[in-house]
Amino acid sequence: MFTARDYCRAGSMEEAWTLYQKKNNIVVGGMQWLKMSDASYGTLIDLSGLGLDRIEEDQYEFHIGAMTTLRQLETDAGFNAYTDGAARKALSGIVGVQFRNLATVGGSVAGRYGFSDVCTLLLCLNTYVHLFHAETSSEIPLAEFLAHPCSRDIVTGITVKKVKTKVFYESVRNTRTDFPILTCAASLRYNETPSKILLSIGARPQKAVLFAAPAEDAAKDPAAFAARVAEEIPTGSNVRGSAQYRSHLVQVLAERAARNLFQKD
Amino acid sequence: MRTGDEAKGLTGNLKVVNHSWRKKDADQLITGKPVYTQDIAPKDCLVVKVLESPYANAIIEDIDTSVAEKVPGVAAVFTWKDVDQNARRYTKAGATFPESSPYDRLLLDRHMRYIGDGAAIVAGEDEKCVDKAMRLIKIKWNVLEPVLDMHKAIDNKILVHPEDNWESIVPVGADNKRNLCAHSDESDGDVEAVLKSCDIVIDETYHTQACHQGYMEPFCTWCTKDPYGRLVIVSSTQIVFHVRRNVANALHIPKSMIRVVKPRIGGGFGAKQTSVMEMYPAFVTWKTGRNAKMVFTRRQCLTQGTPRHEMEMHVRLGAMKDGTIRGIYLYTLSNAGAYGEHGPTTVGLSGHKTIPLYRPEAFRFVTDVVYTNINAAGAYRGFGATQGMFAVESAVNELCHKLHRDPMDLRLQNIAHEGDIMPGYYNEPNTSSNLDRCIQKVREMSGWDAKYPGQKFTTPDGRHMARTVGMAIAMQGSSISAVDVGGATLRLEEGGFYMLILGCADMGTGCDTILAQIAAEALDCPLDKIQVSGADTDTSPYDSGSYASSTTYLTGRAVRDAALELRKKIIREGARLLGCPEEDADFDGEYVRYVPLKVQEPSENKAAADPEEKKVSLNEIAERTVTNITGILEATNTQSSPTSPPPYMAGVAELLTDLDTGECRVENYYGAIDCGTTINPNLARVQAEGGILQGIGMALYEGVHRTEKGALIENSFMQYKMPARPDIGQIHISFDPSYEHLGPYGAKSIGELVIDTPCPAVAEAVYNACGVRMRTLPITREDIAMAGIKGEEGSVAAQENPSLR
Amino acid sequence: MTVTINVNGKAICGDIAPDLLLIDFLRDHGCLSVKRGCDTSNCGACTVHMDGKPVLSCGILAARADGHQITTLEGLQKEALEFGGFIADEGAEQCGYCSPGLIMECIAMVRECREKGIDNPSDEDIKAYLAGNLCRCSGYEGQMRGIHAFFEWRRSHRDASIL
Repeated sequence: MFTARDYCRAGSMEEAWTLYQKKNNIVVGGMQWLKMSDASYGTLIDLSGLGLDRIEEDQYEFHIGAMTTLRQLETDAGFNAYTDGAARKALSGIVGVQFRNLATVGGSVAGRYGFSDVCTLLLCLNTYVHLFHAETSSEIPLAEFLAHPCSRDIVTGITVKKVKTKVFYESVRNTRTDFPILTCAASLRYNETPSKILLSIGARPQKAVLFAAPAEDAAKDPAAFAARVAEEIPTGSNVRGSAQYRSHLVQVLAERAARNLFQKD
Repeated sequence: MRTGDEAKGLTGNLKVVNHSWRKKDADQLITGKPVYTQDIAPKDCLVVKVLESPYANAIIEDIDTSVAEKVPGVAAVFTWKDVDQNARRYTKAGATFPESSPYDRLLLDRHMRYIGDGAAIVAGEDEKCVDKAMRLIKIKWNVLEPVLDMHKAIDNKILVHPEDNWESIVPVGADNKRNLCAHSDESDGDVEAVLKSCDIVIDETYHTQACHQGYMEPFCTWCTKDPYGRLVIVSSTQIVFHVRRNVANALHIPKSMIRVVKPRIGGGFGAKQTSVMEMYPAFVTWKTGRNAKMVFTRRQCLTQGTPRHEMEMHVRLGAMKDGTIRGIYLYTLSNAGAYGEHGPTTVGLSGHKTIPLYRPEAFRFVTDVVYTNINAAGAYRGFGATQGMFAVESAVNELCHKLHRDPMDLRLQNIAHEGDIMPGYYNEPNTSSNLDRCIQKVREMSGWDAKYPGQKFTTPDGRHMARTVGMAIAMQGSSISAVDVGGATLRLEEGGFYMLILGCADMGTGCDTILAQIAAEALDCPLDKIQVSGADTDTSPYDSGSYASSTTYLTGRAVRDAALELRKKIIREGARLLGCPEEDADFDGEYVRYVPLKVQEPSENKAAADPEEKKVSLNEIAERTVTNITGILEATNTQSSPTSPPPYMAGVAELLTDLDTGECRVENYYGAIDCGTTINPNLARVQAEGGILQGIGMALYEGVHRTEKGALIENSFMQYKMPARPDIGQIHISFDPSYEHLGPYGAKSIGELVIDTPCPAVAEAVYNACGVRMRTLPITREDIAMAGIKGEEGSVAAQENPSLR
Repeated sequence: MTVTINVNGKAICGDIAPDLLLIDFLRDHGCLSVKRGCDTSNCGACTVHMDGKPVLSCGILAARADGHQITTLEGLQKEALEFGGFIADEGAEQCGYCSPGLIMECIAMVRECREKGIDNPSDEDIKAYLAGNLCRCSGYEGQMRGIHAFFEWRRSHRDASIL
């Protein structure tokens, strides 16, 4: 467990950002992963007083505040309808309800964790990360955000821009609430011509990466498509699985994704 | 005694025993009352921590605590300099004296033998100052090369215990100059000749891991001094009396100066059969006079607690074509880790609880227990039998496949029966067994004949699945023959109730309730007339503690016999008050009545018609005990059992496997159990269900890995994955009891037996799914998925899904 | 720093360290039903309700709970007896160390079911809701029997149940 000298429930994003510019200070999301560290911090910056804990949906997008809990996202009817239930599938394996009532979407994204089911799912959606910097905020695609090193900007939320899509999610785990051995999310984008399949593979064990292909390729021969994905996406080894096994899983899950997405409803 | 106590059990005419009662502590537990060690600690305790060695093998050249001692709030820092390095060593094992476990520890040693070994004790007013002080201790290390591979331990030039004051006080074949914690070799008949003449010999090696018990309450101990200056140790322990001895040996102080008390325990499973931490706060309190408390984090529980012994077992199982098992050779290599707690004893069960399941013409059982530079192993439910059962029962399952025999049939053909003498079990007679009926029962309840070996199917969305079954049988013991001691005191109290004073430890199993049921049965009273107290070394009758499947059987016997003796005393006193001969009085639980032998039948009517003259109430007798007219009515009984009657079980695992990803779950587990009479059927059932899931955890989930330097990787519940609720389908239990005449009301043990069948049964179900025999635990998703790619003849996967080959 | 946390309906003011965990704040203030089992948010023994939702008290700072409502089993004694009795009738509380956390999570589940009009949740739904509550004694089976027995009783005794 970390130690800290001070705590501040920020009254404004400006206050939070200013505090965060000090190297030793840290922004607290749900604190579930932060807690595992033994670091000594100066001030813990709490965003829980800024109303960032809401999911807002309109006809164009979902706006999900950084302090929205994983449980909120998991049980959000609109978001589940949009993702064909993938949100529930992606989130329900994360430790337990009590945990997901604390862990936040912003924390999962800002942490850029390799094992993240959340990042894997969001990566195959049209997701943008909102960052607060000084007095301004900016919006960058999630893929770009994940590729960047951590900065002193603060994640205030994400936007998932709606497109005509169908979504798939599956992970493989040791126990059902363990870290995943591999995660796979996929979306079929009908809005583009020709339509496209986007595959996001995480827990490789490194950060999730994207694989995109014309939908037709995957539809025609899911097995060959899956073999190509497995060939292209690099995997590694840790105690939960070898690179060889992970690559095998990439192929299995990619094929399942393709079959599932092209199955007639 | 006119109440035929034995007959009561046999005829099933039992009023309290064999009925399901709520546990006596249930309401306090479900409302979250402060009943555990940490909940009742004084507020002013010093926080005690042990500085952990970062090296697996190292000597402390120099240790400087001067800066650490100056940290505000720090009360004491102790190092090896505070402990005589030439003094007699001690063991943390909780075992009857003289212990088989070697005396290989000092309270604080210069030589660090595993990552986590204690380099210093720090005590302070709060956690923060203690943590700070620990960071400020300066150590000059002489880092040595460790021996981490148990295969390379014997006669390695690196010695885990090179010291001359290492001591093994019981001849168990130990030799510290060879890294040997124990060695044994026993046999019956000429196994080599028998194996040579067999039609088929299964010759394989099996490997199990150092699994963690997973008790939910981390280790906790606090200490204080009583008004007489004695050291009082309050601890979450299964073994109060052994803790007293171990702490006395560690601190080199008289046992008379130590009292050990156990509050409620949040689970033990054998972990708390080792005095893992008691000596540290005890030393602090002894030296400083201050109250002191130590609580392990879960990381410390995993890295400094004593897990199951990692074992490797080489089995050679010889049989004829007709399925007759004729010879068993078993070599077990057990990894003790850095210290020898329970090393010499656990290894024995890998053979003693497996070979006697069958009736081989000859057997040989050889063991080596070796020291290595990892954290010491210890006791965990099953105690070596679980490891052995995985090996021997897997070998029997392999034999079945080679002979194309149904595993149930082959076992029915070969198992030992009631009345047999068991050469592999110290030549003890088999006094009770229903194993054959348990096998039949589990066959029926699991739908075995329709399910074995299993079937493969493809789901509508294209997943290749297999639903398969596997089975195994098991036995355990009931207490350690002629070693364990069970004790109980029963006292009639003012108000006409009884105090039952125990030295065993209810660690959640419900033994306080079970033993009270036995007392109530023998005393013909309602359960709530028995109040339970224990375990406290100052007041409890000696009991070796709750382990080795001894409590219900052995302490249960002590309770029954104490109750029957107290019953006699009550009748004697009642008869005296009634002015009648003792032989003419009887006790029905409420009244001692004058019942002349000759006119026994109509006497009840007489008594009813004229109660004043013919009976005296228990209440009245009880009141006289406190006015000193009668004197205290009390009975203490102590038991030891010349034999250890085995309970038996047959188990079936039904596994649903995703052959592509390797994911699998035990959808159903069926267990048919002969534990003798179930004293409390509900509690027996929960024991079975809990033990089975622990076994499934060991089979499928609970991996143990170490870094190159020897540090445990699975050092938290984030990494060490015990099954959670979604990881199991359903567990189905059936009791098919024999009647064990040596046990109380026919009871044998249940606690350990139930963890033994899942590993081999699950491995067999996995084989039937993916066609590869898994001989190393845990069986991972990766093992299964990659096996599906390789494939093997004979499996469902290979037969019905050629694409998987 | 100073915080005011409403614990079981009573406002408690405390001067606390900024990195104090809620579990330690609660235990320091007499809520000893709140148990520590793992330090890594995996066991569920420390479950309490924050503003009605089950959370891990070992996974949240006392500072963040400032101004919020916290309920522990000390504040739900009657509910614990009613619901926990069904677990106890199976003997499935066993060592009892995980019981407070489990019962807190179950009470949250029962309330959520009530809001959604579910009076007979499925085995797998219950298991999913309680996945974060480890128990090593019971193998879960007896607890599941108790939970189903509770729902069964409640279906026929809706008015008698305080949950």
